[in-house]
Amino acid sequence: MEKIKKLSKYQGFWPVVVLLAILLINGIVSGGAFFEIKIVDAHLYGRLIDILRNGSKLMLLATGMTFVLATGGTDISVGSVMAISGAVACSVVDGRVLPGAGQSVQTAILLALLGGMLCGAWNGFLVSKVKIQPIVATMILMVAGRGIAQLITDGKIVTVNSDAYYFINGGYILGFPFPLFIVLFVVALALLFTKRTAFGLFLESTGCNPVASHFAGINVNSVKWMVYTFCGVTAAVAGLIESAGIKGADCNNAGLFMELDAILAVAIGGTSLSGGRFSVPASLAGALIIQSITTSVYAMGVAPEITAVVKAIIVICICLFQSAEFKDKMRKRFSGHKQERTAKPA
Amino acid sequence: MSESVKTTKRFRIRNMSLLVTALLFIGLFTAGSVAYDRFLSLSTFCNLLNDGSYMMIASIGITFVLLTGGIDISISSTIAFTCVFSAFLLRSGVPAGAVIPLVLLIGLLFGALMGFMIHSYRLQPFIVTLAGQFFMRGLCAVISTESIPITDDFYKKMALNKIAFAGAKIYYYVLIAAAVLLGAMFVLKFTRFGRTVYAVGGNELSASLMGLPVGRTKVAVYAISGFCAALAGVVFSFYTLAGYSLQNVGLEMDAISSAVIGGTLLTGGVGTVIGTTVGVMIQGVIQTIVTYQNLNTWWTKVFSAALLCLFIVIQRILAGRSEKIKDGKLEKSA
Repeated sequence: MEKIKKLSKYQGFWPVVVLLAILLINGIVSGGAFFEIKIVDAHLYGRLIDILRNGSKLMLLATGMTFVLATGGTDISVGSVMAISGAVACSVVDGRVLPGAGQSVQTAILLALLGGMLCGAWNGFLVSKVKIQPIVATMILMVAGRGIAQLITDGKIVTVNSDAYYFINGGYILGFPFPLFIVLFVVALALLFTKRTAFGLFLESTGCNPVASHFAGINVNSVKWMVYTFCGVTAAVAGLIESAGIKGADCNNAGLFMELDAILAVAIGGTSLSGGRFSVPASLAGALIIQSITTSVYAMGVAPEITAVVKAIIVICICLFQSAEFKDKMRKRFSGHKQERTAKPA
Repeated sequence: MSESVKTTKRFRIRNMSLLVTALLFIGLFTAGSVAYDRFLSLSTFCNLLNDGSYMMIASIGITFVLLTGGIDISISSTIAFTCVFSAFLLRSGVPAGAVIPLVLLIGLLFGALMGFMIHSYRLQPFIVTLAGQFFMRGLCAVISTESIPITDDFYKKMALNKIAFAGAKIYYYVLIAAAVLLGAMFVLKFTRFGRTVYAVGGNELSASLMGLPVGRTKVAVYAISGFCAALAGVVFSFYTLAGYSLQNVGLEMDAISSAVIGGTLLTGGVGTVIGTTVGVMIQGVIQTIVTYQNLNTWWTKVFSAALLCLFIVIQRILAGRSEKIKDGKLEKSA
């Protein structure tokens, strides 16, 4: 019991419990079919693998978004950045842009990542130098992004025909889907930076109190700039996976509403949207929760339209359980007004 | 600095954004008139009103929320839900006289519920209204994923009848938008509630220390926003005569950017509904110019974004200046 109490202090505890509960319910409802993993041609197949593969985009976005939210900001342009990165990559692979590059997939990927980086840097510039409120600053790119993507592809849906490019989404290494390795790589990089360098500390400090951090000698602006740039790059990677999955660039629908899902994932993970406390693994659990809700709604044979309603209800429940005021009220109701008010977290 | 100078300076800052917005609208309209034949006419102007009226109603509603420093991103789904639900009810034979009050009430209550959760449990407005967005969009799809046509006589009458004057025509529903605008202006300018909205947006803590009903006000602004979204939905169903679950995706961002272009500060406390209305019209003019120029519609997005960017920078400069003025009188709280 003591151990569980100690465990529950971790930020990732409740998200993981919720995730396991969702998976367990699925397993029971489907009579175990949900957990089945088949091996075909040394490739793993199954619902769990599907969740991991389809959730990879969201996990990537959530990683970048966690940092942005940790500084007390928001980035609502990630969906548009995904569209831009897909448009750039597909246009290069298709040869309609930069025919000199010889439809090289490597060049396409590099350019797409560079595009994402530029988008992120632009957001970072507006937030840290011009000092615009993050939600407004990133709204500019959110509005313009799809327009820019369409300018790149000339308003058409560019389809590509390249097995090397398809590999980004559909490939397998050691039996596991390739996107998973991308996620592992990015997350490892992110964790290395936040846990092994002082950067994580700077990040928390910036989110808690930017003014105090500035006086403490932290370059708050460059921290913010870096964070938005990183978020742009993760969005670009997610855009690559998405466009490789649909084998083309659809500027209107690529990454539509993904920014909202990404913020949700981080919020479910318990990272405060006002900045300060953050945890990348908890956000990953949040992303997997969202993905498994989607997958399980499909798996249960419920009409897919209900996903949104289910998602909304679960999100509100999770947020309520994280709210100190709500916990207080419930505690009072069930213990007859005896419990003292617990201190509110800052 | 004497008191009067300070007041005039404040006055200038408060009205500067509105002035810039109005000038920009006139500038864009003039540019369009110079560049294209037949652009300069009353009917072009009236069409801006005709096509923008539902947007105006929704944007005015969201302005209340933005003024308190909150955000509501559920409005596009509320509009879609209103359209689909009323189309569904009308098809099942419920009279229009019952459908319209019902959907308005749903919008109001739904907004109030979100406001209640935001205030009582200190949840992030962004997350709560996001959940609200998913919820409403989901309900739309549960009712019907296909477009439901509206054949009700009252709706048809509203959709087709126009008021003609001086060679131009406006639809009846423009009057609804005008009524909402006048009502909102009155409430914000002359009522205690309106002043409380500005006070809460200016500084929530001081407002509550002053004994203002912060909680009630916050719930009320979300209720207003929900109500306006539902009303916008009713007008939109007059406009399209159909209910479709994927209508107006992303409209909340257009509404927010209209408010920003109109001079509302997203940190709360500063802004006017008339500015928001002009903001909607500016986006309408851009759309019209893009159509005249025969450009692809995505240019609209790039243009509005560039414009948004410009306005935000102007706002930023103005805000910086007003902070300095405040600093002259009292120490700025961190």
